[in-house]
Amino acid sequence: MKNKTESPKYTITVWQLLGTFLVLMTTWLLWSGLYKPLLISLGVFSCSLSLWLAQRTGFFRHALPIRSLLRLPALWWWLLIEVIKSSIEVARIILSPSLPIQPELVEFTTTEKTNSGKVILGNSITLSPGTVTIDVDEDRLLVHCLTSNTANELRSREVERRIEKLEIE
Amino acid sequence: MINTVMDVLSWILLCSGGVFVLIGGIGALRLPNFYTRLHAASLTETMATILIFVGMILQAGFSLEALKLAVIMLFLLLTAPTASYALANAALQSGMRPKAESAKVESPNAQTGNSES
Repeated sequence: MKNKTESPKYTITVWQLLGTFLVLMTTWLLWSGLYKPLLISLGVFSCSLSLWLAQRTGFFRHALPIRSLLRLPALWWWLLIEVIKSSIEVARIILSPSLPIQPELVEFTTTEKTNSGKVILGNSITLSPGTVTIDVDEDRLLVHCLTSNTANELRSREVERRIEKLEIE
Repeated sequence: MINTVMDVLSWILLCSGGVFVLIGGIGALRLPNFYTRLHAASLTETMATILIFVGMILQAGFSLEALKLAVIMLFLLLTAPTASYALANAALQSGMRPKAESAKVESPNAQTGNSES
């Protein structure tokens, strides 16, 4: 996605850096399970390296507020149910001898304002079988649907409303 | 007793995950073109991933391994759509238009009035 309006310079708070470092370090310690000085210092080194790389790629510009992260499980739960429903539908289509597919392209303008919101929307659409996001341009999304039924479900814009509840700013 | 129940449940999940991988494979062969085959691939990469990982978590029981498996599942589910999008968008950029019934342009105002911009 293009970021024409955003300048390369942006401010990062100490809390963001410290919080990310703590999360990375906890993950490292949990993963290795070994608490020798050498391994811990390697962990500190690689976490600092990741932090520097993340900062360079503009990771903190798209950082989500903690409030949104707390609301993620509700979205995931709803997505899980959607994935199960549409998986069964797609599996039935594939296995039926007549192969009843009616591919349809749906293009719509999203009301998501942030890049993070658009990415979450695009990925949520792709995640459920039967719909694949094939193009995102500014605020227009192009989605390929396997059947007209899934296309109609997409037009109800349920996903978008669910993601808006995350209140990403 | 509870162990047997967990074992049976996890094997049901693992086997149905395997079935979904198989259906995805069949779909990749049966469906007619690139974009429709992507849907079959998405069947294996989401539904089968969830089923197999939940099955493995039940096998691992309440331990650090279970947590690691859960996190790996999360990472796969977060990155798989991005990979799908990269693949589909690369196809679109290289000039492969999807053969669809109709390309409909949807504007928010044409909806049932649930969006304002």
